[in-house]
Amino acid sequence: MKLTLKVWRQKNREAKGAFETHQIDGISPDMSFLEMFDVLNEKLINEGKEPIAFDHDCREGICGTCSMFINGRPHGPKRGITTCQLHMRSFQDGDTIVVEPWRAGPFPVIKDLVVDRSAFDRIIASGGFVSVNTGNAQDANSIPVAKEDADDAFDAAACIGCGACVAACKNASAMLFVSAKMSQLAHLPQGQPERRRRALAMVAQMDKEGFGNCTNTYACEAECPKLISVSNIALMNREYLGATVKSDE
Amino acid sequence: MELKSNIPEGPLAEKWTRYRSSVPLVNPANKRHLEVIVVGSGLAGASAASTLAELGYKVKVFCFQDSARRAHSIAAQGGINAAKNYQNDGDSTYRLFYDTIKGGDYRSREANVHRLAEVSGNIIDQCVAQGVPFAREYGGLLSNRSFGGVQVQRTFYAAGQTGQQLLLGAYSALMRQVGMGKIAMYSRHEMLDVVVIDGKARGIIARNLITGKLERHFGHAVLLCTGGYGNVFYLSTNAMGSNVTAAWKAHKKGAFFANPCFTQIHPTCIPVSGDHQSKLTLMSESLRNDGRIWVPKKKGDARPANDIPEDERDYYLERRYPAFGNLVPRDVASRAAKERCDAGYGVGPSKMAVYLDYASAFERYGQIEAAKQGLVDPDKETIKRLGKEVVKEKYGNLFDMYEQITGENPYETPMRIYPAVHYTMGGLWVDYDLMTTVPGLYALGECNFSDHGANRLGASALMQGLADGYFVIPYTIGSYLSKEISTKAIPTDHPAFEEAERNTQAQIDRLLNVKGSRSVDYYHKKLGKITWDKCGMARNEQGLKEAIGEIKALREEFWQNVRVPGDQHELNPELEKAGRLADFLELAELMCMDALHRNESCGGHFREEYQTADGEALRDDENFSYVAAWEYKGEAGYELHKEHLTFENIKIAQRSYK
Repeated sequence: MKLTLKVWRQKNREAKGAFETHQIDGISPDMSFLEMFDVLNEKLINEGKEPIAFDHDCREGICGTCSMFINGRPHGPKRGITTCQLHMRSFQDGDTIVVEPWRAGPFPVIKDLVVDRSAFDRIIASGGFVSVNTGNAQDANSIPVAKEDADDAFDAAACIGCGACVAACKNASAMLFVSAKMSQLAHLPQGQPERRRRALAMVAQMDKEGFGNCTNTYACEAECPKLISVSNIALMNREYLGATVKSDE
Repeated sequence: MELKSNIPEGPLAEKWTRYRSSVPLVNPANKRHLEVIVVGSGLAGASAASTLAELGYKVKVFCFQDSARRAHSIAAQGGINAAKNYQNDGDSTYRLFYDTIKGGDYRSREANVHRLAEVSGNIIDQCVAQGVPFAREYGGLLSNRSFGGVQVQRTFYAAGQTGQQLLLGAYSALMRQVGMGKIAMYSRHEMLDVVVIDGKARGIIARNLITGKLERHFGHAVLLCTGGYGNVFYLSTNAMGSNVTAAWKAHKKGAFFANPCFTQIHPTCIPVSGDHQSKLTLMSESLRNDGRIWVPKKKGDARPANDIPEDERDYYLERRYPAFGNLVPRDVASRAAKERCDAGYGVGPSKMAVYLDYASAFERYGQIEAAKQGLVDPDKETIKRLGKEVVKEKYGNLFDMYEQITGENPYETPMRIYPAVHYTMGGLWVDYDLMTTVPGLYALGECNFSDHGANRLGASALMQGLADGYFVIPYTIGSYLSKEISTKAIPTDHPAFEEAERNTQAQIDRLLNVKGSRSVDYYHKKLGKITWDKCGMARNEQGLKEAIGEIKALREEFWQNVRVPGDQHELNPELEKAGRLADFLELAELMCMDALHRNESCGGHFREEYQTADGEALRDDENFSYVAAWEYKGEAGYELHKEHLTFENIKIAQRSYK
């Protein structure tokens, strides 16, 4: 396959970025999108040019590191997969492909296609946990959990924290990410004692990081590589409302 | 130097209990002044860091990823073992201990493995308390499944994403401590050296991967939780960034490296599709629960799988190992696949693959489901459809993954699989306390060598990582730190910090100044070919000798001709890769030396000269029942130290899964 790539280049956080165009040949349909980038970078290095920086690690769709905005969509044209799981058989010979970093205020560009997603870590640190020190636990089977609840918790917990939801949203809202964690813990008995505190703390941190609000376009769900449902956002709104009403903090 | 494993006295089953009751403690006021550096944020690192912070120590955590949540533990699929005996099928601490020692082909330390089995149940309790959504039955209790090398059901799981869920649990505990200000988190930082002062580990040199600046960090103790070195083979199931650098730098500062030749080749991975391949993808071992592995009986049979009739298929694992069948341990399953492919029975375009077939599982589950639904005389298609739905529920994400990568539908045609590098049992030598030969320097999880011998059983890596972090190090570190309570934090302008930073800087300058003509990947691929061909699933004396020569030559060429674009003071992935490859190029030589010196076959180490008449690994317990711990001697090479293994509680036998 022969392709034209228009790739965002930006030296660092402060620098002004621009698109750069590259022609690439000899791409096999069995390559992953990132392997196509490996080929391009190898070519750039051999030509004495700077390779394109991009985030990636596990290359099997679970670590959440890769983060390319491909032809206007996070993780490209296919539903329910990450960039590393996208294969070149999804494109046609001769295609022009535009590749950008996640674009959102709270995710500043570090270099080229690499962005800073540490805001997500700070949101988890604010309340995305059960406060249980090591050694405090009772026998694992002492609290039965209905299979349906465990399955719902799992579906929400499948979030990989890649940030595609934010990149997809015109408001750069992080509500799908935040609600997924809140929903996982709200579905489990272990999450109950801190439920209200968690909702207030995580929403406060989310706002502080500068993420926008949800206006129900559902772009996040459509682009989520793990198909996390927007019903979590509805749950989060209820959690937050309930917590505000009942809270005396 | 003599290796002291510091195994406590007493009967095996009481060692750990006695140890815990007698290990010196550090009082809470002193803990606040003791600083611990944790390198790596996977299961071992995150669990150790959070637990130590909960106890009151001052903790700093470093990871090269952009977030602690992305450590490669996240990719573990199948499950985590624990001797809970929830299934009432005869499991016990002793059985888990026994299975692990036997699975490791009698090359691990009894006391460590028994401790692992003892704490395994606590891990499940802790994870459930954190909100880890394990799979459950309709009654609300936890579900289990079987894994290779074992005849009980002791594996806990969360679909095919167990590692993800366990890591996110440990990560949430870690971030909770970060939020409370008790852990300082340094993501996008790579450790490049250990600082040793007066013979003790006292800190690290780390590079901030965004600014490129070298930083000095002091710690009363340093914990390496940096994973395995599988990427020495270039193609592996490891993440692209997984590397040996932290462990290797520690090795060069005095930590012995144990059993580097014990590497695990996982039997069920998606086959290589071409030269562009950057990594391999595992299909969880849990698939062997229900799938059947076969090749055609006729050599070079080119018919599509579905056109080959039942009686022309060779279910070679069931044929060779009737007792364990498709659930033999990984090393056995991998070698059997290689044997069939080398003999000309392989399938697929490359002929280097075997089938993993779900047709009989569809039928079996379909019949159960039809009976449940009260269908009378359902036709074949209905049974198949129902069976597929059940399989989808159990393994759906794995089947989807297969389809994305290969473009083939595994519900319609059998999957093609082939073994790939997956895990490294070797690693830094540690004593019972998990301390390396450098006082104050610890190694946890895959980074150490201690629990899996020559072959790891499935679902045991997650168990070991979390055991080390949650339940072992919080006790054993007290033995060392209780003697450090009057040690003040050492300022980082100490000459040892200066020297370590100078050496690190010199290596970076050297890499950037070669300005040669070949990329880092070019050399990494070459190294991978040498190690896979000559130190992979099967090894022999001649090949290993050749490999050592080839690796030396490649290393020389690398340092004369590598091209690292860009500079130090920016995000520079090529520079990161170059530094890691430089260390792999050294480790690879030691790995081959270790494989060459071990004149026996055991577990994942299969020396072609040492096999039984029917092709099984032939151990030599008389001469090789020891841990090979290598000491770095600079230009002079490596010196071998032996820790002899004694088995007081298990009778050593030839491992048989027939």
